[in-house]
Amino acid sequence: MSAGKIKWPYPVEWDKTETVEADVLVLGGGAAGCFAAIGAAQKGGKVVLVEKGATIASGAAGSGCDHWESAAANPCSRISPEELTETMIRTFGGYNNGISHYIECREGYDRLLDIEKMGGKVRDTDDEFKGADFRDEKTKLLFAYDYFNRFTIRVWGTTFKPALARQCRRSGVRIFDRVMATGLLTERGERGAKVAGATAIHARTGKFIIFKAKAVILCTSRPTRLWLFSPEQPGISEFRPFPCSGDGHAMAWLAGAEFTMMEKSVKGEWSGLRSFPPYSTGNNHNTWYAANMVDARGRQLPWVDRDGRTIEKFSDRFRPSAGQRLYLKGGGEPYLNVYDVIGPDTLPVDELLKRGYELPFYADLTSLPEAERKIIWGMMVGQEGKTKIPILRAYTDAGFDPAKDLIQSYGDGWKSGAFLPQERQLFGLPGGLVNNWNLMTNVEGLFAAGDTLFASNCFGHAAATGHYAGRHAAAFAKKAEAAGLDENQIAEERQRVYAPIGRKSSVDWRQLNTAVTRIMQNYCGAFKSEELLTTGLNMLKDLRQREAMQLSVHNPHELMRAIEVLNIMTNAELVMEAGRARKASSRELDFVRLDFPQTDPPEWKKFVTIKQGASGIETGSRSLDYYGLLTNNYEKHNKGL
Amino acid sequence: MKKKTAEVLPGDKAFFPVIIDDKKCSGCNRCVEVCPVDVFAANPKKGAPPLVLFPGECWQEGSCVDACPRRGAIRWQRLPTQRVRCRRKETGEDFFV
Repeated sequence: MSAGKIKWPYPVEWDKTETVEADVLVLGGGAAGCFAAIGAAQKGGKVVLVEKGATIASGAAGSGCDHWESAAANPCSRISPEELTETMIRTFGGYNNGISHYIECREGYDRLLDIEKMGGKVRDTDDEFKGADFRDEKTKLLFAYDYFNRFTIRVWGTTFKPALARQCRRSGVRIFDRVMATGLLTERGERGAKVAGATAIHARTGKFIIFKAKAVILCTSRPTRLWLFSPEQPGISEFRPFPCSGDGHAMAWLAGAEFTMMEKSVKGEWSGLRSFPPYSTGNNHNTWYAANMVDARGRQLPWVDRDGRTIEKFSDRFRPSAGQRLYLKGGGEPYLNVYDVIGPDTLPVDELLKRGYELPFYADLTSLPEAERKIIWGMMVGQEGKTKIPILRAYTDAGFDPAKDLIQSYGDGWKSGAFLPQERQLFGLPGGLVNNWNLMTNVEGLFAAGDTLFASNCFGHAAATGHYAGRHAAAFAKKAEAAGLDENQIAEERQRVYAPIGRKSSVDWRQLNTAVTRIMQNYCGAFKSEELLTTGLNMLKDLRQREAMQLSVHNPHELMRAIEVLNIMTNAELVMEAGRARKASSRELDFVRLDFPQTDPPEWKKFVTIKQGASGIETGSRSLDYYGLLTNNYEKHNKGL
Repeated sequence: MKKKTAEVLPGDKAFFPVIIDDKKCSGCNRCVEVCPVDVFAANPKKGAPPLVLFPGECWQEGSCVDACPRRGAIRWQRLPTQRVRCRRKETGEDFFV
């Protein structure tokens, strides 16, 4: 690369506009977006998918996924979709999305079978693990965690996104890669009115694109980079992929859509600021469950069940403890710390030190049964996103041999880093859009799936809700009249997104992102109050009026990054406004209000909702069980779909 | 009217975990097309290795290395901040990956 300026290698089309029409417009080409597009296309009609990166590798699961959660409908499962959903709701004290997780538990396994038909690998067809404790010999499915109940499936997830992208094309979906949606269009340009489409820019040429559609499905990510940003290595600021900046949340908030649980955030779990690459250090959780751990002198760290009883037999790490119905994962997930579902784990670090175990600790794969070693190192580490090249291949090339070598553990569990209380993240079922049983939002024609929904999590959830939203959006589009486009709304949006081009100032998107994280850490950190949140909002407004007005870009790619940071500012506003709306502390939401210290008083055990109305911010509430009877409602809303 | 040109300014000094071997790279641009972040751009010179325009934005998942049809043309390197200590159990000898 030359040291001087480089001429932009693509045609520059700031001055061009293209208009595209569709019945169903899908924004975001990750797991949810691909399934939404495929589900909609199966019902007929013109489907368009818009993806900021490359559909073949984009999204949180773009580069892989090693286990598929909540596959309660697989033939080996000993848990029904109803029981698993109810357990997941109970585990989070009711602050969970009963609708989306029931769809995940009920349809997730069907989506896995779809992926298999598309060419993805979901079972041990090569008989590599024949006879292993975690394998069902008849179906060749491989299970993780709870080998008795068998609802989590180990998968070869690096094959999934390429298969899904291919299937989108086969289904006639028109894909716009390297195109970033910037705003939602609504009838008459009015906030909260029926959706009419979206605007976008091409991230290589800068061309302005207007998408006109009868239904729009938001399949973008949860917000990121609100508290955590690394100016040196921005790409690894967060666990989710760098382009996942929560654009959909910002667009929906501006369009008048209703959110809930946005006040919830947790202390940081992973960031390149503090952590090693995910799953690259010794540990015994998640992808590495249930590796042996040893201390500095080679003594094995004891495993215990939820009652603190020592687990002697290796195979008992994979079974519920005496009297327990099921466990959701092994230990190491703070938000699953509910007695009902706590899985086996090694003793906590402070207890180990008290008992004389010495740091550092290591993962010891050498002493595992061979099938367990091979399934962790080679399959799970290899198929999980970011492990195939950066870990499995790189470590192997460097001489690491799992049958001979120990690997050091840094920090607690898979997280491999420690964070300050004000360094927060949207993790462990964060907030998002409020949905009904059609996965439609309060904005007519605007649907949501995957990480845009409140209380979202993994691939199975994204896939199942994506397909479901796709079917429902297609059915809606068949009956709906297209809303007219509002020329003023389009002109204003064009002016807004193009404003940073060619400005003679020097504020770049990195500086602005850093400033947002400083405001969030100072005024929306571990402790909140009306005074702190209001000040934070005022500082954000000041930042918007000053530095954001000087934001400057030199090419279409930087323009995409600049618009992302404007979205991050909008999401920061949404999080702080949601914090103001809940006037009580909550343990389940990891939410501390200094001015309302009482934790979870009965009158606040509800979803607090928030949206922008005609005359400002409107708050409301819904009962924690607003989804009603799971099976009945699912069947009622899926006749013919 | 906005100016009609665009450019990339120098200054992104981030560690980049990918090494391209100019001799082995055929300039097929598969890495350019697969990158979810759009770190690269195709070299205007046909058959030449891609341009690395935005190294600091790399999410470090390795799609580019995985997509490369010529082993060794594009390689992964661990960043110095992310090296991990390993120990050969039998000999107690340490090494860093």
